[in-house]
Amino acid sequence: MFGIYIHWPFCASKCPYCDFNSHVRQRIDQHVWADAYTREIEHYAALTKDKIVTSVFFGGGTPSLMEPDTAATVIAAIRKHWPMANDCEITLEANPTSIEADKFAGFRAAGIDRVSVGVQALNDADLKFLGRQHSKDQALRALDIARNTFDRYSFDLIYARPNQTPQAWETELREAMNYAGGHLSLYQLTIEKGTPFYTQYSRGDFSIPTNDEGGELYEITQRVLEDHGLPAYEISNHASEGQQSRHNLTYWRYYDYVGIGPGAHGRLTIDGNKVGTRGHRAPEIWLDKVAKNGHGSHPYEAIDTDQRFAEMLMMGLRLREGIKLSRFTEETGQSLDTYIPQTKFQSMIDEGYITLTDTTITATQDGRQRLNGLLSYLLA
Amino acid sequence: MTKKLSEIRNFAIIAHIDHGKSTLADRLIQHCGGLTDREMREQVLDNMELEQERGITIKAQTVRLMYTAKDGIEYQLNLMDTPGHVDFSYEVSRSLASCEGSILVVDASQGVEAQTLANVYQAIDNDHEIVPVINKIDLPAAEPDRVQQEIEDVIGIPADDAVHASAKTGQGIEELLEAVVTKLPPPREGDAEAPTKALLVDSWYDPYLGVMILVRVIDGYLKKGMKAYFMGTKAAREIDRVGIFGPKPTMVDALGPGEMGFITAGIKDISETLVGDTITEERKRCEKPLAGFKPSVPMVFCSLFPTDNGEYEKLRDSIGKLKLNDAALHYEPENSQALGMGFRCGFLGLLHMEIIQERLDREFDLDLIPTAPSVVYMIHKTDGTIQELYNPVDMPDVVKIKEIHEPWINATILTPDEYLGGLLTLCEERRGVQIDLTYAGERAMLKYKLPLNEVVFDFYDRLKSISRGYASFDYELAEYAKGDLVKMEVLVNAEPVDALAMVVPRDQAERRGRMLCERLKDLIPRQMFKIAVQAAIGGKVIARETISAMRKDVTAKCYGGDVSRKRKLLEKQKKGKKKMRQYGNVEIPQSAFIAALKMGDE
Repeated sequence: MFGIYIHWPFCASKCPYCDFNSHVRQRIDQHVWADAYTREIEHYAALTKDKIVTSVFFGGGTPSLMEPDTAATVIAAIRKHWPMANDCEITLEANPTSIEADKFAGFRAAGIDRVSVGVQALNDADLKFLGRQHSKDQALRALDIARNTFDRYSFDLIYARPNQTPQAWETELREAMNYAGGHLSLYQLTIEKGTPFYTQYSRGDFSIPTNDEGGELYEITQRVLEDHGLPAYEISNHASEGQQSRHNLTYWRYYDYVGIGPGAHGRLTIDGNKVGTRGHRAPEIWLDKVAKNGHGSHPYEAIDTDQRFAEMLMMGLRLREGIKLSRFTEETGQSLDTYIPQTKFQSMIDEGYITLTDTTITATQDGRQRLNGLLSYLLA
Repeated sequence: MTKKLSEIRNFAIIAHIDHGKSTLADRLIQHCGGLTDREMREQVLDNMELEQERGITIKAQTVRLMYTAKDGIEYQLNLMDTPGHVDFSYEVSRSLASCEGSILVVDASQGVEAQTLANVYQAIDNDHEIVPVINKIDLPAAEPDRVQQEIEDVIGIPADDAVHASAKTGQGIEELLEAVVTKLPPPREGDAEAPTKALLVDSWYDPYLGVMILVRVIDGYLKKGMKAYFMGTKAAREIDRVGIFGPKPTMVDALGPGEMGFITAGIKDISETLVGDTITEERKRCEKPLAGFKPSVPMVFCSLFPTDNGEYEKLRDSIGKLKLNDAALHYEPENSQALGMGFRCGFLGLLHMEIIQERLDREFDLDLIPTAPSVVYMIHKTDGTIQELYNPVDMPDVVKIKEIHEPWINATILTPDEYLGGLLTLCEERRGVQIDLTYAGERAMLKYKLPLNEVVFDFYDRLKSISRGYASFDYELAEYAKGDLVKMEVLVNAEPVDALAMVVPRDQAERRGRMLCERLKDLIPRQMFKIAVQAAIGGKVIARETISAMRKDVTAKCYGGDVSRKRKLLEKQKKGKKKMRQYGNVEIPQSAFIAALKMGDE
């Protein structure tokens, strides 16, 4: 697997919970961006010649604010520089405002075959609290268009919102099942530093569910989605068989990916060595760097075998399928037990947090639900 | 040259903290011209920062004043400022032994306090004549008549001719100096021809001069160049300096019978100069040493650990430096699983312990975790031997113990009547046995026998809070007595936490065990595992709390752009784990144990 991530760093307005690299600009020259993306693609393609692209993902920011032509240019550049797998998945993140939904056909024509729609909530009061620019009705209409336009679609919801009771969340989830296709992303609201929510939460403007309540909401989510044939294949992602996001699986299975655009991260294996790339976050600086150097990344970060092991473990245990033990040897030349003593695994197995077979290590649902503690126990 | 005995007066000043002892001393020095007004610094005698701040004297000090009395004779007055706290009662007793009289300073509005009592009785035991001074007479709240009556009632000495003074305004200073000359006796004995015999009153380390030794000469002379012999430590040292404090150090040719001053003898280690030792001449030794010499014995123990384990070396050096000046401080290295490397320290008492902790914090900038203070238990074992137990962790197996004996104290509490009920309850709770209850005016004087163990923890704080700060408390050690005591351990996931082990009365074990477990339940953060916190006596669990596992602890979003950040977070956690202690598969932050130790017993 080998994915290309394209970061569109602009939004119409910033949502108060979001700490992603997004910026609000009055005027954006789409041609300039299309050119810069093309140049950076050329740069990374030269470093990863032997790869076959299995997925492309337009994330942001709000990439549905791109002109479909811009997306088309980027996809064309990728096709020009790498061979593409026949079943290559090309996803675009989209906001469900009417303007964006009306562009879906254009994106389809540009080569996008999957959209991930940021619905976030199914009632207008919560949408307003979350700072969203759309109503529930607009969101449902966007999902209708998505269903009719693309091969596959997914949408996001955010839960554990202030005062959200388990009953209310379950009702909302069951309603969401009516609109769901083969994939759903369900995220628990987290208060991130540097966001307006962080300030408001710190000064006590609102409260969010406690750890126990959050746990209950998570457990409800697992139960309802399982009942509807959309089991979790990752901590926050649910899909029916074959409908998983292949691009995101690339991250969790710890295969290489190229990050194009401001603030985008990549993981590349060059001559057997792993490097991390990280684009400058400020759009203007990134553009500048690309113009000068052909790419907008900070100096590459060398990732040694210990770190590769840690990254593979922390990403892979997020997946229900777990990690094939052969992957550790493939990636680092060493087996799992050279990094972590058997006794540590055994106590996790005894606690019911991990299962270990001859071929695979997997975090159980109880383990995945406490993955931060689990990783900290195993790695730190 | 040296003075005739009849022209010497050696006297101590006895006072409760805050009753103005040092200010009064300063005023006497000023009056006798020891220092000019410009040189006068508030409280010259208490020169250590901590002493000034807390108004307590840790080291004895002397000042020689020259005073020409109304009879026309110039007298040499040696003023002795004694350590003012029971923890230093041995040092106090030696200071008092070097004088023939005392000035008893009582605050004109506060009246007699428990600490004053203990010291004045010690002075009386040392055959002192006492001149009472009612100080702070200038304050609007002054009630000299009531205080005079109290001195007579509580202490039992005549106070009708007490000097009324104000160290602040200078009122009564002249009168006081006259009283010292006329009412206090000159040195009772002193033979200039006899072999040298001098009392080692106190000693301290001076970075330039080495160990300075405060002395009171009984017979003969101390001179520069003389080879002195310390009878207790059996060491001979050549005297290289002889001097007096006026209060500035001034060299003199000799110190003769009845006089006080200091000597140095090229000594680097204060443990060679034990308070109470007798100094004589190496070649012409006196026959018998002075009575009453005994090396100091630490009574209260606690362990000190640096919060930052990297500061162990610094702690070792710092304690070493304090030890230079404090022969009574005992310490040895200790390795705790819960708190890392530190020291088990022995102190004369609670104040001594507090002072050492504060000095380590303040002068050496060390952030310390003290364990709960403990006393020395005598473990009578089934094999007939007796083990002194300094640290509850070292308690032998129960089957080897026949009896455990603990030290008791005689406590004196003086309190306004209205708080008596609360204080009686406190003493009873602490296993106290009432000895006496008397009244002096509106104040009650309460005498109790109490186990020292019950006092070392937070007794004083409780006493102050019950009495809104009005009650005063003092104690002296009594005897060891058999107690029904057990070692209580705290276990986290079945593993004992050494720093939390304690010796408690059997009938209180369950209550305290439950309290400690509940407290730890609040302090230990929830983790991915269930954690059992138990209190146990000899393997039998008496209290238990369970900390349930976190129901959910996972980052909702982790994609390609989050890998580095998340990995670095784990790397950082790994470093942070040095401050964690492993109990089974559970890591407990050191801070939880620190908080448990800091919370006291309530």
